[in-house]
Amino acid sequence: MKILVPVKRVLDYNVKPRVKADGSGIDLANVKMSMNPFDEIAVEEAIRLKEKGVATEIVVVSIGEQKAQETLRTALAMGADRAILIVTEDRVEPLGVAKLLKAIADEEAPGLVILGKQAIDDDNNQTGQMLAALTGWGQGTFASAVEVGGDTVKVTREIDGGSETVDLKLPAIVTTDLRLNEPRYASLPNIMKAKSKPLAQKTAADYGVDIAPRITTLKVEEPAKRSAGVKVADVDELIGKLKTLGVVA
Amino acid sequence: MKTLVWVEHDGAVVKDATLATVTAASQMGDVHLLVAGQGVGAVAEQAAKIAGVGKVHVADDAAYAHALAENVAPLVAELMGHHDAFVVPSTSTGKNIAPRVAALLDVMQISDILSVEGDNTFTRPIYAGNAIATVKSSDAKLVVTVRGTAFAKAATEGGSATIEAVGSTGEKGVSTFVSSEIAASERPELTSAKIIVSGGRALQNAENFTSIIEPLADKLGAGVGASRAAVDAGYVPNDYQVGQTGKIVAPEVYIAVGISGAIQHLAGMKDSKVIIAINKDEDAPIFQVADIGLVGDLFKLVPELTEKL
Repeated sequence: MKILVPVKRVLDYNVKPRVKADGSGIDLANVKMSMNPFDEIAVEEAIRLKEKGVATEIVVVSIGEQKAQETLRTALAMGADRAILIVTEDRVEPLGVAKLLKAIADEEAPGLVILGKQAIDDDNNQTGQMLAALTGWGQGTFASAVEVGGDTVKVTREIDGGSETVDLKLPAIVTTDLRLNEPRYASLPNIMKAKSKPLAQKTAADYGVDIAPRITTLKVEEPAKRSAGVKVADVDELIGKLKTLGVVA
Repeated sequence: MKTLVWVEHDGAVVKDATLATVTAASQMGDVHLLVAGQGVGAVAEQAAKIAGVGKVHVADDAAYAHALAENVAPLVAELMGHHDAFVVPSTSTGKNIAPRVAALLDVMQISDILSVEGDNTFTRPIYAGNAIATVKSSDAKLVVTVRGTAFAKAATEGGSATIEAVGSTGEKGVSTFVSSEIAASERPELTSAKIIVSGGRALQNAENFTSIIEPLADKLGAGVGASRAAVDAGYVPNDYQVGQTGKIVAPEVYIAVGISGAIQHLAGMKDSKVIIAINKDEDAPIFQVADIGLVGDLFKLVPELTEKL
């Protein structure tokens, strides 16, 4: 079975985003970019399925500027077999990404597509579900455990009150939650090896998919700042404050 | 504009998240509700009493029993033939279903809205709440998910909507519900609690979490939350997690105990009215957002606080 893993290049999760002064967006010039953390978990899960003999090949795909190559090389160094980069300088929304991924899924015929549950830049949490809709496949979102058996995959999902398990017919879509696994680090020899693994370059036009954005961002602002707080010296003073707030009688 | 609101329920009662979503939808236009499930007559009756609701569509069928997105999305897509917007609470169920509906309708979803700014225009948080974007949709139909803490709850009484049965779109046969494990808790639900006491890695183990955080929460009638570190270390189940990848809360009072305040955690609680931090590291980032800070050893201070309350 082939596994398809879409990965996204995003602002590193440790970097505090700075809103541009003109309100047009987030300043991404000269800041550290990395693979979206949920996507690392997706790549890791695919590799584990390959190590178990469930998967035969792992294809990673990214959509974005040329520099997204670095993100794909990281996935290749972790253990993916080959990569596809769909180069575009334009902003692409989850719906456009899902349509491109649908086209790739038609071509590659994967048994499983594993995506992160959300990208930490746009915080949308949509692409996996949209791809599932376009393919008509089952979706196991927010997965904390994935077990492939025969022609189905059993996915344990994190839900608001606890967890739930669903059985999906293959092929299927899985989106990863944080608890699914602990992604491995790429070793230096593997990083070197990854440089010679195949990386195909495509454009959106190659797939004949319209990715024109449907949403316009009118402005981006900093959230309202909280006013500076006070420090109290001891528990008694804290209780005094709680009383003033009416939290305790 | 005619909106269709997804009613979040557990088969017996309408959940609070629905009420905030109704408020958001009423700012967009007429409010219709969709109650989907199996044996949901009682839920539909409760839903019909929510103030400001025009009509309740009820889809009662085994295919909808566990709100599987594969079965529910085609139903919603069909109902969207005569609605202009699908408005959904940002719960795990809502987040699972809404994008599938959006793609079936060939529209882009707007996730986790904080406010309705006008025709097709909304604000929403990006980058873990470090920025607020104002966005406008050019799609013919809207699909939006609503951040519950950003809208007041609609009244549960006063409405008298008509209830109308809708036909089933059937079982799609690609997914099956197997089982669920719901964590038992008698404390207030995290997303609707007025007070939350949250613990972090500094608690060191599950026993300390139970013996230090929970008595304080019980004394205050508070919900119990946790940072990702505490969840990952196994101190508490993961549905306790507050943050970018867990629950977004905005209680009257949020008490953070032994939580450093990483941006992913702040994303989930920084809209709380009053934030209180107890931490031994006076340089911890949590103190930058805390209204009241107490620097010291939580193992000494928290039991003292619980006792004196």
